[in-house]
Amino acid sequence: MVDTQERPASGDMAAPATSTAIAVNGGEAVAYALRQIEPEVVAAYPITPQTLIIEKFAEYCADGLVRTEYINVESEHAALSACVGASAAGARAITATAGPGLALMFEMLGVASGMRLPIVMHLCTRALSAPLNILGDHSDAMAMRETGWVMLSGSSPQEAYDLALVAQTIAEHPDVMLPCANLVDGFMVTHAVERVDVLPDDVVREFVGEYEPETSLLAEGSTATYGALDFRDYYFEHRRQQEAALYRSQPVVEEALKRFGEISGRSHKIIEPYMMDDAEVVLVLMGSAEGQVHAAVDAARDAGLKAGALRIRLLRPFPTEAVAEALSGARVIGVLDRAIGFGSVDNPLLSDVKSALWDQSARPLTKGFVYGLGGRVVTLGQFNQAFDELRTVLETGETPGDPTYLGLREDGEVPA
Amino acid sequence: MTQPGTESWRDVPAGGTVLLPGSTERNLTGSWRTKLPVIDFDACTHCMICWVMCPDSCFKTAEGTLQSVDLDHCKGCGICATECPVKCIEMVPEERD
Ligand code: SF4
Ligand code: SF4
Repeated sequence: MVDTQERPASGDMAAPATSTAIAVNGGEAVAYALRQIEPEVVAAYPITPQTLIIEKFAEYCADGLVRTEYINVESEHAALSACVGASAAGARAITATAGPGLALMFEMLGVASGMRLPIVMHLCTRALSAPLNILGDHSDAMAMRETGWVMLSGSSPQEAYDLALVAQTIAEHPDVMLPCANLVDGFMVTHAVERVDVLPDDVVREFVGEYEPETSLLAEGSTATYGALDFRDYYFEHRRQQEAALYRSQPVVEEALKRFGEISGRSHKIIEPYMMDDAEVVLVLMGSAEGQVHAAVDAARDAGLKAGALRIRLLRPFPTEAVAEALSGARVIGVLDRAIGFGSVDNPLLSDVKSALWDQSARPLTKGFVYGLGGRVVTLGQFNQAFDELRTVLETGETPGDPTYLGLREDGEVPA
Repeated sequence: MTQPGTESWRDVPAGGTVLLPGSTERNLTGSWRTKLPVIDFDACTHCMICWVMCPDSCFKTAEGTLQSVDLDHCKGCGICATECPVKCIEMVPEERD
């Protein structure tokens, strides 16, 4: 952490003059946010590419900068279990993991959301094995989509920091009370050193506030039992209620992002449009490929295509109406998936986008793309190729059913 | 389990949290039982170890003496018979209609 300087005025909102620019990678940016939040409990197990976060945070603990109870656990299953216990007891509890660690947490993902515990997880997205791979893609995050968590996805170390703070207020909002995941792209964000504008500690503390649950195990006079048996008489009602809370979280997410914009000058939205006003051909994506996709949009525009891009920042609950509205003017939509939905009709993000578009009166043509699996290098050329293919779809009015695999070795070729 | 109430899904406590204690009293685990604990009160020393060990708090006492077993909740696990230091609890197969 070096190079402290005043944050120059930028954007349409005035930022607090006391913001400080630091040069950190995405993992350290999240750890910095954790230090400022200073939760009662952090329970995590080291796993690449998340280790940067918890190593840095362990340093803060060892240096006495936070009073957090840092629990060294024997596995990720135990990490999230410890957070479940701590959260039910009334503590603010945070964990972080990646890929196989998330897979090992799977049982507790549903326990955390089903018990309505506002745990925050920083998920450094990583490929799932086998073959053994420690690099970035979205296989883990996509496997988590239906476990009842609010899921936010950023594209830069700055956003990893920002969403770490925002996630806390969403999860703990009385209308929500659900766990929230902050997706930080493995390596592309976790290990990329960039300028990150951090807020002063007191501003962050005021933004996230104190966590004061209505009930908890350890609250004075509490007689509550958490995680009790719930058979055929009420389980259905509780699941329906949980589902409603997740959908109800969308306006809370929007409000939290707006409130964060007011203190930081960075106005994030649940979806991030680029050159969408008159776009006919659009690439939809999630995560850190945004910069290259924007460059491909610019190149396609230079070549006469009305191109645009839409990044999904809120993956769950999926912002169906906002996505349909943003894409209402488009004629051809390509969706970039950084995961395979084995055996599904479509890959995960394409599936969500197509479902969101189904009720539109004039449904656009859609085309799937798969890229960057297992850390495969993502290039501008791949997205230029995607726009070339989408242009053909626009001209012919026909869309092939199978996805295009960008940067994959085909017979005898070296990938671009 | 309890009979379903009339609360809508909107009104049940979030996350299935049970807010008030004592709800297990309405969960009649006695129907699980295949063997019944029968106490030989002539041998019983009223040490209350069974009272401590029973996972369903089935042993009824009065004035420091053991009185009876709550058969609505005794699930027949046999822990009391194992733990009784004078072995005066026998698990007897139960005949039911
Ligand atoms: S443990 Fe045995 S001796 Fe002691 S109170 Fe129970 S039945 Fe009586
Ligand atoms: S058999 Fe088990 S449940 Fe029944 S009284 Fe003995 S210890 Fe309690």
